[in-house]
Amino acid sequence: AENEPSWETPCTELLVYVSTPGCDGFPSLDSKESYKLSVSKGSMLLSAETIWGALRGLETFSQLVGRDENGTYYINETEIVDFPRFPHRGLLLDTSRHYLPLRAILETLDVMAYNKLNVFHWHIVDDPSFPYESSTFPELSKQGAFNAMTHVYTASDVRTVIEYARLRGIRVIAEFDTPGHTLSWGPGAPGLLTPCYIGETRSGVYGPINPIVNSTYQFVTSLFQEISTVFPDFFLHLGGDEVDFSCWKSNPEIRAFMVNMSFGEDYKKLESFYIQRLLNIVSSLGKGYIVWQEVFDNDVKLRPDTIIHVWKENTMQYINEMANVTRAGYRALLSAPWYLNRISYGQDWIAAYKVEPLSFEGSPEQKALVMGGEACMWGEYVDVTNLTPRLW
Amino acid sequence: HLTVTEPVAILKASEVWGALRGLETFSQLVYEDDYGSFLVNESEINDFPRFAHRGVLLDTSRHYLPLKSILTNLDAMAFNKFNVLHWHIVDDQSFPYQSIYFPELSDKGAYSPNLIYTPTDVRLVIEYARLRGIRVIPEFDTPGHTQSWGKGQKDLLTPCYSGGQPTGSFGPVNPVWNTTYDFMAKFFKEISSVFPDEFIHLGGDEVDFSCWKSNPEVKEFMKRQGFGIDYAKLESYYVQNILDIVSSYNKGQMVWQEVFDHKARLKPDTVVQVWMANNYAHELSSVTGAGFTAVLSAPWYLDYISYGQDWKKYYSVEPLKFPGSEKQKKLVIGGEACLWGEFVDATNLTPRLWPRASAVGERLWSSSNVTNLQDAYKRLTNHRCRML
Repeated sequence: AENEPSWETPCTELLVYVSTPGCDGFPSLDSKESYKLSVSKGSMLLSAETIWGALRGLETFSQLVGRDENGTYYINETEIVDFPRFPHRGLLLDTSRHYLPLRAILETLDVMAYNKLNVFHWHIVDDPSFPYESSTFPELSKQGAFNAMTHVYTASDVRTVIEYARLRGIRVIAEFDTPGHTLSWGPGAPGLLTPCYIGETRSGVYGPINPIVNSTYQFVTSLFQEISTVFPDFFLHLGGDEVDFSCWKSNPEIRAFMVNMSFGEDYKKLESFYIQRLLNIVSSLGKGYIVWQEVFDNDVKLRPDTIIHVWKENTMQYINEMANVTRAGYRALLSAPWYLNRISYGQDWIAAYKVEPLSFEGSPEQKALVMGGEACMWGEYVDVTNLTPRLW
Repeated sequence: HLTVTEPVAILKASEVWGALRGLETFSQLVYEDDYGSFLVNESEINDFPRFAHRGVLLDTSRHYLPLKSILTNLDAMAFNKFNVLHWHIVDDQSFPYQSIYFPELSDKGAYSPNLIYTPTDVRLVIEYARLRGIRVIPEFDTPGHTQSWGKGQKDLLTPCYSGGQPTGSFGPVNPVWNTTYDFMAKFFKEISSVFPDEFIHLGGDEVDFSCWKSNPEVKEFMKRQGFGIDYAKLESYYVQNILDIVSSYNKGQMVWQEVFDHKARLKPDTVVQVWMANNYAHELSSVTGAGFTAVLSAPWYLDYISYGQDWKKYYSVEPLKFPGSEKQKKLVIGGEACLWGEFVDATNLTPRLWPRASAVGERLWSSSNVTNLQDAYKRLTNHRCRML
């Protein structure tokens, strides 16, 4: 046929040039992921400042390769200069509501790489289960996992995830959410959670972490010491969302503490009291932190380099929250419109795509404080049988 | 009838189909203790289904479903005592059914040459289903939902007109040409012999009249027949002819509710499938009031996914909750969970359909007073793990 291209000598090499050498480190929020890709007859060149940019460029290159009807692989002459708009492009998996076997996590990391997502936000423990095997506190998973033999992440598992992610230029940010969302911590750490009361007697039910006892802070220090060593990323996610005050209110010792501290009836002040101490502990361990928006909303005193994670869709338009957070000078991450666990019929990808993270009133300096966002796949209705088709 | 005692458990049924259901129940009674021993409690069970037609609809036209997907689904159906696979095999988007008389239909109409069901594939599905006590009712939906038919069969679909000129696009099957009925007669002769079930589903839903209205031959025909501008009459004219054809092959017919709503003359044993969600109880009254058997799908469109435990709303449906006499209620022979394929293919079929369809399965088999959601939740969570 006339218009059939005559395939000349095949290109056999993609030359990859990385100006700042080094493949042994970990990607970070500041990593440069830009790359240049030049494809022409006789020469294919991928150049990037860092290895992380080269990874992104390789992904693009792989997507440019087509196949004709005869099975020949080809690529069009191309000139690409590419870089990400946002440096933090994340995905949250929840391994507490349902345990996810290692292979599900690794497969997710692969698909994240196909989509140039570079942060795996591992919401590893929560109320329903504690699958993280702690070397300092082995009872936490022994008592708190769905099954201490089969539904845990050993130290080796965690190392596997971190390395698998690293090789794909993906940061692993672990979230140990406190003081709420901690029911599964109770069985393995007696005395950690607040005992709730009905009148003068204990009800047998537990609430958030007990903020008034020293043992809590000793525990938290030791645990986060371990977590800081296990997870190499500079940032830890400390949670801080949806703290239910009713158990604290019911506890007479806590009520007495509130009086001593002159907090009045404002339990947000008690929450802040806990969080501030937690933030100090984590800072002294040399880590930065990300917190859910309530920590900001409840006027906790935060370090200036705190990252606020905006997730609430209902009460306040999230766009206002983004404005408030950045106006106060904090960096922000957006997840509110990207709760992918909230499935619905039809092409709901369109609503996610149409989101414009910077569509709030603010100065350019404010907008520059938006680091990016995260798609969240909460696990209430998700396990390995449906994770992949629900997420992708 | 299942009796479990020492040393022998006995399963009695009058037909092998009952034995299959009993075997399924028996398999569910067996459990494992902490040491890995398999145990079954002493039991005495007398069981029978409330409704005789308990179906699942799969759509292999919007997305092709590989054989493996269909067979896995038949297994899952058997775990839930479903006994009808309503195979919505072709539609607008693609024609994967490889016809013996009209090979061009899939040659031109399938998504691609390997995305078809050969006669061997079809026989495999039918036998796999049969061994599980599942009937396979194929649906060849006409006169609407037939775009893909026109690719391999010239002069079947109605050419649409605009300003006196054919536009190049086509509408539903053309009801005014004799060749249409010659084709349908031959086509349904094949279908009648390929699919052994007594029933064939003829579709008849969502016929868009606008193309017919634009076509001069059709308009002329309407005049000659005295149909005025009531195109529902033309639709009924077409459907009646197809019903006659299919009857002559000794097959019973299932149709979507529009065929009844538009007042086509149905055979007395035609089964009407009620699918429109709006006021379906009223439709059930009308259909059974007119003496026809009905199958309910309206509240069970499982392709309409939503967040959370939506199985509860499927479970809470009471199919006989409509105004009508005892005699009418007997005419509701069952229901079908439908998984339309617009957003479903082999990558997500199983987690989308199950275990939500299990709620429908129980509703159709179990007695009408088995309605406690907390109890169902406990059993459903166990059942789901069993199915995995």
